[in-house]
Amino acid sequence: MIELSAKTPCAGLLPLETGGMSLRELEAVPITSIMPLNGKHGAVSTALEKAVGAALPDIGRSLAGKSTEVLWTGQNQFFLIGATAPDLPAGVTDQSDAWTRVALDGGRGAQVLARLCPVDCGALEVGDVIRSQIGHMSAIIICREAGFELMVFRAFASTLVHELELVMNSIAAQDEIRD
Amino acid sequence: MTDGSHEPNGLVEVHAGNQITPNVRATQQEIHDSLSAVSQNHWGSLKWDVLELNDLLSPFLSAGFYYKTFMWPKSFWEKIYEPVIRRAAGLGSLSMKNNSDRYDKAYAFCDVLVIGSGPAGLMAALTAAKAGAKVILCEEDFRFGGRLNSETEEIGGKPGHIWAAEKIAELRAMDNVRLMKRTTVTGAYDGGTYGALERVGHHLADVPDGAPVETFWRIVARGAVYAAGAIERPIAFPSNDRPGVMMASAVRSYINRYGVAPGQKVAIFGNNDSALRTVLDLQSAGLEVAAYIDSREDAQIEGDFRIYKGATVAGVKGRMGVESVRIRDGNSEFFVDADCLAVSGGWNPTLHLTCHMNGRPQWNEAIAAFVPVPGMIPGLEVAGAAGGTFSTKGCLKSGAFRAKTVLDALGIESRAPRTPQADDSDYAISPLWTAPGKGRAWLDFQNDVTIKDVKLSAQENFRSVEHMKRYTTQGMAPDQGKNSNVNALAVLADATGRSISETGTTTFRPPYTPVSIAAMGAFAQGSGFAPQRYTTSHDTTVSRGAPMIEAGLWYRPSYFPQEGETHWRQSCDREVEMVRNSVGISDVSTLGKIDIQGPDAGAFLDFVYINTFSTLKPGKVRYGVMLREDGHVMDDGTTARLGAEHFVMTTTTAAAGAVMRHLEFVHQCLVPDMDVRFISVTEQWAQFAVAGPKSRDLLNTLLDAPIDAESFPFMGCGEVNVGGVSGRLFRISFSGEHAYEIAVPARYGESLFEHLLDGAAALGGGPYGMEALNVLRIEKGFITHAEIHGRVTAFDIGMERMISAKKDCIGKTAAARPGLLGEARDQLVGLKPAGAVKEMHAGAFLFDPEAGATRENQQGYTTSTCYSPTLESTLALGFLRNGRARHGEVVKLVDHLREVETLCEVCDPVFLDPEGGKARD
Repeated sequence: MIELSAKTPCAGLLPLETGGMSLRELEAVPITSIMPLNGKHGAVSTALEKAVGAALPDIGRSLAGKSTEVLWTGQNQFFLIGATAPDLPAGVTDQSDAWTRVALDGGRGAQVLARLCPVDCGALEVGDVIRSQIGHMSAIIICREAGFELMVFRAFASTLVHELELVMNSIAAQDEIRD
Repeated sequence: MTDGSHEPNGLVEVHAGNQITPNVRATQQEIHDSLSAVSQNHWGSLKWDVLELNDLLSPFLSAGFYYKTFMWPKSFWEKIYEPVIRRAAGLGSLSMKNNSDRYDKAYAFCDVLVIGSGPAGLMAALTAAKAGAKVILCEEDFRFGGRLNSETEEIGGKPGHIWAAEKIAELRAMDNVRLMKRTTVTGAYDGGTYGALERVGHHLADVPDGAPVETFWRIVARGAVYAAGAIERPIAFPSNDRPGVMMASAVRSYINRYGVAPGQKVAIFGNNDSALRTVLDLQSAGLEVAAYIDSREDAQIEGDFRIYKGATVAGVKGRMGVESVRIRDGNSEFFVDADCLAVSGGWNPTLHLTCHMNGRPQWNEAIAAFVPVPGMIPGLEVAGAAGGTFSTKGCLKSGAFRAKTVLDALGIESRAPRTPQADDSDYAISPLWTAPGKGRAWLDFQNDVTIKDVKLSAQENFRSVEHMKRYTTQGMAPDQGKNSNVNALAVLADATGRSISETGTTTFRPPYTPVSIAAMGAFAQGSGFAPQRYTTSHDTTVSRGAPMIEAGLWYRPSYFPQEGETHWRQSCDREVEMVRNSVGISDVSTLGKIDIQGPDAGAFLDFVYINTFSTLKPGKVRYGVMLREDGHVMDDGTTARLGAEHFVMTTTTAAAGAVMRHLEFVHQCLVPDMDVRFISVTEQWAQFAVAGPKSRDLLNTLLDAPIDAESFPFMGCGEVNVGGVSGRLFRISFSGEHAYEIAVPARYGESLFEHLLDGAAALGGGPYGMEALNVLRIEKGFITHAEIHGRVTAFDIGMERMISAKKDCIGKTAAARPGLLGEARDQLVGLKPAGAVKEMHAGAFLFDPEAGATRENQQGYTTSTCYSPTLESTLALGFLRNGRARHGEVVKLVDHLREVETLCEVCDPVFLDPEGGKARD
């Protein structure tokens, strides 16, 4: 039997740190998309809560369970992060390998995202989830205590890191400009 | 001439790195140690400018001169006239090198945007900030305070600039306030969005590494107070373009703010009370007031200097600078020595932004100026001088009041702060646009438009202000008429016998001041233009020297050169033969993969595809074609049934997004009751084509359990394990060979690709690129978007019989419309060379052999061509009128661009293995 080795989307690209901001790749965890079938929203929510400790969140929100989390990610679409899904009356797919996930920490995330995302990320509350864009890439942005979690398609990993790095460097460099 | 961003004359080029920034206003550029500023727009030295020869020719160079003169002969325009005129007329030059500077663009959000930080803006910002609103205060200058920095008047018993600095300190201490100086708000747009340009690094000798020189902001504000002040306007009199003729307000700025004496003997020419301040400032600076000329008989002026009431300036002596001023007083004319002439024709409210959403300002007789009317920009209130309130106290009050109006509308409770003590004197003006005298009197200093030009425009019946503008080019230079608009249309009004308000203004459009394209396109320079989408095999592919080509945002290998191969065709031919004879590997992860689940998944597919999928058995794959609503082919691909209620659709690479959008539309709008769910899984799977007679042998060296013809028959699919990893295997072929596509979760993509390449090499195979893939599919007559380019129907590509009669589908009815079927259609055919010339190109046209190669005789066109090493011939796919009935005929292929003419035999589009035995066996 051959052996396949796994590679994360940001392998060799991260972490990086500048001007009190840090960018790191998040650990690879199971990601499952869940799209409840007609009339099954409640049933899916209940089943999920029972299985992973988190129900389906409201639009634009996330709910945390025991080391798991459920994100709203679009119209009638949710991502279960950190666990595989139980049997559900829903369209369910494995998305674990489809996403680049990074954490932008250090309290200046909104300043960074102001250069890449048209949404007022500074106005988001912890646990808020938005579908928007980073540069030209469709993205999922989650507001965290320490900063922001950003998700774009896996294949965009190098562009994501490049664009964030450019902006982080720009902000750090502008700190040096006095008045 | 001026002291601000509206400066018409002091334009320079700033050279930095390999970058030249033209048209920088010298009045706005801060000086630093390494600043390299070069004067622009002269031929020879500035002192002996060759272009000044035009001055001698001026009687012939009136407005409309170019239009009238350079009409003939027609061919001269491009080759002779335009280059010469451009040389003379262009504004600044470019380095013609890649931009070495960095630019940012960014979004900002606030409750109240305050534009301008003079007395009105500061009071507005304070009112909003104290009410707890999120405030952004933008100031174009490098110092907050507006005119308070340039005048000597007091606010609250303190010098105005000290008061301003204190208020700025107060605002800076508040968390809800963001102060943005060196930031010009350049445009007002829908939804409370404003464009703004911040000059971040232009004033620095060393821009810190990584920092931008400019940031283009898009500020989204719930409300805004516009306190942009006013711009003093000149008076048109002969020789008013001489250096030393300046705006009175600018003279005060240079004295009070910068400590620079614009002249030792300064004459003043005005028609309003504000010019009088200049005298006091000159005197306290110890400079001589040469004369005070006021056009008003009843002007209230007293002082220890020469005063001429009811007089005007009839000219200026001196070429490189003012030497004396010619004064016309009653019937007498005389000269007064002066080295500077301060002019004030009154003030124009800076109302530009308020007109950006097509509002028109109103003429106000009292101040002889246009003022904004309420509601021109939703959510924006105009305060202070921008609204025509010119006294300092009036501005302070207006700022607070307008901020309160905005806050009220937002439901934010506020209290206007107490108005500090300040000057509240009236502003008296008697309009004066032009002063009589011999010689050219300039209106637009940048585009050299004189009074005479405007009159000529009216005389030639270009009487509308918009026509006059285009006829004379008045207001079309970088200052966009900030110094000349009102005077020019006053002259036009006079020439056409209308009032100024009847004449109206031209349209104000963003940006208020020039915005560099580089700032608006920040982050998009070079490869920043579009994100790069890399497959998991990218690094391995690049390390093998494969040139990459773009497919949408994806990058795919063109071919994999081997040692000794010097031309792409050598690599391509080898790769084709490799697939036909052993086995080839190609990354096909870029194809769209859409996971479709739910009880109605089959019915949904039946509705979007022309053929039936609900009858497909689990473990099987079927080729499908989908149409647009208009009956034309949208996309094609295979869809696999993984379970009773579970399908995976593949789309072409380029159309993946469009198909996903189409499915969303169909589900949400047309069949919302269907119980079906779908989501993209394109990025979840790394998928590789394994094609060729030895493909199964190769797979069986890698899979945990071997496969055979029974477990994976042609068009079969199922789960497989590779290295203990669960994957998917599809027995489908885009090359016509016995072939598979194997998919694993993307994290294993690179690893599997390398295993596949190693395994293939052992069997005499290897990777193949897009060129070989293209040849393989053309040999088999398989279509791509080269063929289904948006204007072809299922009938055209010979697939109309696939449209199921047993069910409805998107585009079915429209596809049956008259004109979309029958002999008149261009139908898909194959073409083989039939004469001595073998060359064929895509995009060439088809004609009858005897017919001329003209538009009228056109019979069709080619879409794809290749050299087939398998058939040792060039091959083409194309569309030919009634082509399916014409197999065997000879047509003439003409490529007008490359001047190629080839006789071709029309044949079936499937050149190789028409029975399909190779893929099935």
